[in-house]
Amino acid sequence: MSAALSARGLEKRYGRTTALAGVDVEVAQGELVGLLGPNGAGKSTLVKIACGLVRPTRGRAEICGARAGSLTARRSLGYLAELFRFPGWYSADEVLALHQRLSGSTGGGGERAELLELVGLSEARDRRVEEMSKGMQQRLGIAQALVGAPPLLLLDEPTSALDPVGRRTVRLLLEELRGRGTSVLLNSHLLSEIELVCDRVVILLRGAVVAEGSPADLSRARGVEIETDEGTRVYDGGREEVPRLVAELVAAGLKVYGVRVLTSTLEETYLEAVEGETS
Amino acid sequence: MSAIPTIVFYGLREALRRKVFAVVLLLTAGFLLLYWLANHYAFRDVQSITPPQGVPIDSRTFAGAFIFGLAMFATLFLGVVLAIFLTLGAVRGDAERGLLQPLIVRPVGRPTLLLARWLGAIGVCTPYVIGVYLGAMLITGLTGHWWPDHIVVPAIELAAGVAIVAALSLLGSVFLTATANGIAIFMVFGAGLVAGLLGTIGHALSSHTLEHAATVAAWIVPFEALYQDALREITANTTGLTGFLLQLGPFGGAYIHGAGVRIWACAYLVLIAVVAALGFSRRDL
Repeated sequence: MSAALSARGLEKRYGRTTALAGVDVEVAQGELVGLLGPNGAGKSTLVKIACGLVRPTRGRAEICGARAGSLTARRSLGYLAELFRFPGWYSADEVLALHQRLSGSTGGGGERAELLELVGLSEARDRRVEEMSKGMQQRLGIAQALVGAPPLLLLDEPTSALDPVGRRTVRLLLEELRGRGTSVLLNSHLLSEIELVCDRVVILLRGAVVAEGSPADLSRARGVEIETDEGTRVYDGGREEVPRLVAELVAAGLKVYGVRVLTSTLEETYLEAVEGETS
Repeated sequence: MSAIPTIVFYGLREALRRKVFAVVLLLTAGFLLLYWLANHYAFRDVQSITPPQGVPIDSRTFAGAFIFGLAMFATLFLGVVLAIFLTLGAVRGDAERGLLQPLIVRPVGRPTLLLARWLGAIGVCTPYVIGVYLGAMLITGLTGHWWPDHIVVPAIELAAGVAIVAALSLLGSVFLTATANGIAIFMVFGAGLVAGLLGTIGHALSSHTLEHAATVAAWIVPFEALYQDALREITANTTGLTGFLLQLGPFGGAYIHGAGVRIWACAYLVLIAVVAALGFSRRDL
């Protein structure tokens, strides 16, 4: 079975500026991958190439085995742009109906009602886009991306305009999508969000992948903190060292009151990977 | 191809919302009212004009053809305004506002999107142009009892001229921002009209240099050639001194005309479509 998204040696240059410098990324079927990186790292460019808005200078991207940008590839994806707008005079229901017609979805009113409920907009079905808050428009954008139940979702900063409740709604939605087997490439600056929902994280810096793995893999051990009757001390090593360390301390006549394996957070790993860079 | 009606309707609804139609209909009502007044007074005064003895001129035909030629210019202008405002921001303008991206990632070919936007524009502009043309013709006919020698061909040529401007505007929207594109297309339209006027003057003065320059311009922007041909058609059967004076222009003569211009206009549309489709397919959004 081909990957939902596969990018190999992807390069993109805008004049003298290199946005992507040979990126290899893969999103497996049903996998939820988070894309991290400072502004200008190439995250949005990668997403735009995947959905056919931007042509790569070199390399190849495929969506479910079809060349990115082809009609076949576009039939297999849903996309929420970082900066998007729907016509202000359309109602939420009309926006979804428009995208149903363009994507060839036969879901009809049932699908539209389900999608609006998923993103918490059932009450705003007939409300015009121009009368919606930015957060509501963003949730409508997510519903639009889900029209036709595409096997791959490309979400570029889907929670940037959302309040904490809205972000939680999206997080729950992503977990539900994972349950349905939908693949997701999530581009976000919110590390905590990515850490909570993503199976794997890819960190980009200056157009190249600098770190990749599951949140657990990326959260490396920083030692073992042990509290004894002589006080608290941090020892080198990880979880596998705990039995030995405790046995040695007990053998030395100390009383052990508590043991904690110290791991770095995704934020610390991210800051280390991007060398503290920001734009 | 099933996406075409959806995008056509999308474009029309956008235009309706932006009050493009309301503005154009208001302008049109104003124009037709003024045109009726002009006809009323022109034909009233023509009745009192007595040509010098021995000068075989039909003053009613001259006045009718001249004033209706003026109406055709106004009709073309209004149609062009409508066509440009319906298409000037179709690609880059909509992309900058974030409206295009959600549509373009759908399984709809970029050429299909361009074709649908063009069909939407001409679906409005051509009936509009033909309607205003017929309205002006009725006003002149009923007020001054003068009717064009040919009615259908000039109407089609005016409508085709507007369709060409709509295609040029869509092509421009691929590369230019909405404002820059609007300005550019209006300037191209104005330049075409000036070239046509110069050509008519050159024709009357037998200036080959002026005629040659205007001919080149007319082939570059064939909406002008179609307009000139439409003017020629309304007095195609008018002969004698009246016909000669009308041929001197500016609303009756055509220095290039006929089937060649019409065939070239069709080929020109195909050429624009190819360039626009290629340009759009290579454009990063």
